[in-house]
Amino acid sequence: MKQDHLDEISGVSTTGHEWDGIRELNNPMPRWWVYTYYATIVWALGYTVFYPAWPLVTSATQGVLGYSSRGEVKAELASVEAERSAHTAALANKSVSEILADDTLRQTAIQSGAAAFKVNCVQCHGSGAAGGAGYPNLNDDDWLWGGKPEQIEYTIAHGIRSAGDADTHQSEMPAFSDILDREQIASVAAFVVSLSGTPKNSGLVKKGRTVFAESCAACHGNDARGNQELGAPDLADAIWLKTHGEAGIVAQIKAPKHGMMPAWGARLGDTAVKELTVFVHSLGGGQVVRGSLFPPGEKREITRVARPA
Amino acid sequence: MLDETQTKPEVETLDAVAVNSARIRQPLYAARKKVFPKRASGNFRRFKWIVMAITLAIYYLTPWLRFDRGPYAHDQAVLIDLANRRFYFFFIEIWPQEFFFVAGLLVMAGIGLFLVTSVVGRAWCGYTCPQTVWVDLFLVVERWVEGDRNARMKLDAAPMSPHKLWLRTVKHSIWIVIAVATGGAWIFYFADAPTLLHEVMTGAAAPVAYITVAILTATTYAFGGLMREQVCTYMCPWPRIQAVMLDETSLTVTYNDWRGEPRGRHQKKAAATGVTAGDCVDCNACVAVCPMGIDIRDGQQLECISCALCIDACDGVMDKLGKERGLISYATLNDYNANMAIATAGGIQPITPSLVRTAEGKLSPALSCVKPATLLRPRTLLYAGLWALLGIGLLLTALVTRNRVEINVLRDRNPQYVLLSDGSIRNGYTVKLLNMRPEPRAFTLHMEGLAGASMTAAGLENDASGALIVPVEPDRLRTVKVFVRQPSTDATPGAVSFDLIAEDRGSDEQSTYRTSFETPEIPR
Repeated sequence: MKQDHLDEISGVSTTGHEWDGIRELNNPMPRWWVYTYYATIVWALGYTVFYPAWPLVTSATQGVLGYSSRGEVKAELASVEAERSAHTAALANKSVSEILADDTLRQTAIQSGAAAFKVNCVQCHGSGAAGGAGYPNLNDDDWLWGGKPEQIEYTIAHGIRSAGDADTHQSEMPAFSDILDREQIASVAAFVVSLSGTPKNSGLVKKGRTVFAESCAACHGNDARGNQELGAPDLADAIWLKTHGEAGIVAQIKAPKHGMMPAWGARLGDTAVKELTVFVHSLGGGQVVRGSLFPPGEKREITRVARPA
Repeated sequence: MLDETQTKPEVETLDAVAVNSARIRQPLYAARKKVFPKRASGNFRRFKWIVMAITLAIYYLTPWLRFDRGPYAHDQAVLIDLANRRFYFFFIEIWPQEFFFVAGLLVMAGIGLFLVTSVVGRAWCGYTCPQTVWVDLFLVVERWVEGDRNARMKLDAAPMSPHKLWLRTVKHSIWIVIAVATGGAWIFYFADAPTLLHEVMTGAAAPVAYITVAILTATTYAFGGLMREQVCTYMCPWPRIQAVMLDETSLTVTYNDWRGEPRGRHQKKAAATGVTAGDCVDCNACVAVCPMGIDIRDGQQLECISCALCIDACDGVMDKLGKERGLISYATLNDYNANMAIATAGGIQPITPSLVRTAEGKLSPALSCVKPATLLRPRTLLYAGLWALLGIGLLLTALVTRNRVEINVLRDRNPQYVLLSDGSIRNGYTVKLLNMRPEPRAFTLHMEGLAGASMTAAGLENDASGALIVPVEPDRLRTVKVFVRQPSTDATPGAVSFDLIAEDRGSDEQSTYRTSFETPEIPR
């Protein structure tokens, strides 16, 4: 190694290294750069002391600050809980109607109810609560077991035909294949269709009306408007839960299918049930407590949407 | 002509060398050579004092101006309310969706900069740039504590002593006070100033306030006190950008070498030997006053911020010598070239001072000087026109005629529509109503273009015509879930467009949103 070699052009000393006559100039890094580099080393060493860092056989050093990412999550969750506690307590202590009457509480309940709905209810009722064949649409104004807030709350809490809940809604339509003959069934189906549409064989309607009065009116009512006490559907409206059309109605009369909804009260707790009630009620189908959703005395008449010409 | 100068006292020649020389460029990593700007006095220096006073006053005092906006809005004239997403500027209140006003102002600032730069060069750098203003302020302090150029250089070279330590401590203490005040003033633009001042003093302010003050204090102290001209030279992009905005008719600080060269310290001797000499006596006054540490006589250079202090310094010397002012002056490149052609008889021969002088020793009337008419040229007119069009035409008109009610509608997509028990169809809408005035107002919400339809919303009343009445708090947005229901007799399959209209009950202000009503294509 040659010492004190100076580069002729720049006048800068070289490091003494030489490769095939090429020498390396001894231009040091800017001092602030070097100090920054040292500072990062100090920082890194300090970091490993204060935070979990060095891997051991089964765990790692814990760091003197006692920091852990799990602990951080726990603390964050606790702070969220604390932030919500005022609302949660208010929702727990008030009835559904009281919640509905208080704008702030109602908005809160709708928010958390929507979240609970996304987790627990969408599997059957769909993400928009529009239901499907056999699963009720919660947006409309047709309610099997009643759409008043208390009724919705009861249904959510105790479910429908839910095994293991003594207070659950219980009622089943008998299978009429053993009670009525084929013609009677066909005629009553024609009558039911006539309530909201045009039956295929209008000659059967008159006979069907008699059959209906004898066998069906007990549950569905003389005017076929249904009975929410029994969960008997309104057969005179435009909404069909499981099916529509005569063939489907015949099948339902012969061997009815019965929906089942689990009781959620025990699983989710009272507060969550209230939140869900308020949310479902807000979807627009609920029977409104304050004021009416529709102008009173409106004539209820079913007409079909016109087909394009 | 030289005889005249011989009767005048010789001007003091300063031992000043440009530390940022355009002739000998330092390597990038070379240690900084200190600049000790000498105090200048003259017209430009006076102008700079005035600009400094005005700009500093605007910066420090603006947040403290009050403006009565009634009981529902802030009383601060200029306030950037980030928490509530509002920007207040005297009688103007800007909502986030109206941010194009701010964007428009920024575009105006840009075009304004083009205009000013194309006319008077880097005036922004020289007079109004915060870096220039604060460096000037810091230099005032430095000069006041340590004395002018020579005293400061002597002090800098002297070994540390109690006296030097004392002066340095005083200087840096005052700098830090200024820096804290500067950083502190910034945060008052973002909150109610008197309240925030009290909070900051009692330690109750948000951490972000203290962090902001700390960062701005540090940058002000470092940039204004320690780094100074290095910020302009190495950190700032403007010198590069502004340089390309200049053209041949832009005014720039220029050393008129057609008049000054050949320069010489010993003009008497030169005259005696019959050698013609230029007006520059090489006194280096222009170098000594330069805060950027350059020699303007080297020509236009990146570091020059056009602060014109060298013009003041040179004019002072010319006055002493009994010569016309303007050896260093604001000049356009066109004029400079024309004058140079006269001084060199249009050729490439050396400058002959006698060519630009009359027999009486005055400058020749044939020389070009700045003609105001050249300021009005297509380029500047275009900039001025654009600037006015944007400012008056768009911003001001838009500001005066803008709507203070806004409606936004989000149609429910899940489900698209709901079939009701009587066969009618219902669609849901999330309607957002913005009351952009600082007073409570009630709006009517009605529909147009949807046959037979009616609307309802939980908690809201319908008026006689079926429209919803929506009260909205001052300066707030209200979200309402609206259900629109159309009887099946009126329904058309598919989507029908219709308007939702929010109308102020008190005035005729209204806002319309076109949305659609969905009906199933195939009836059930």
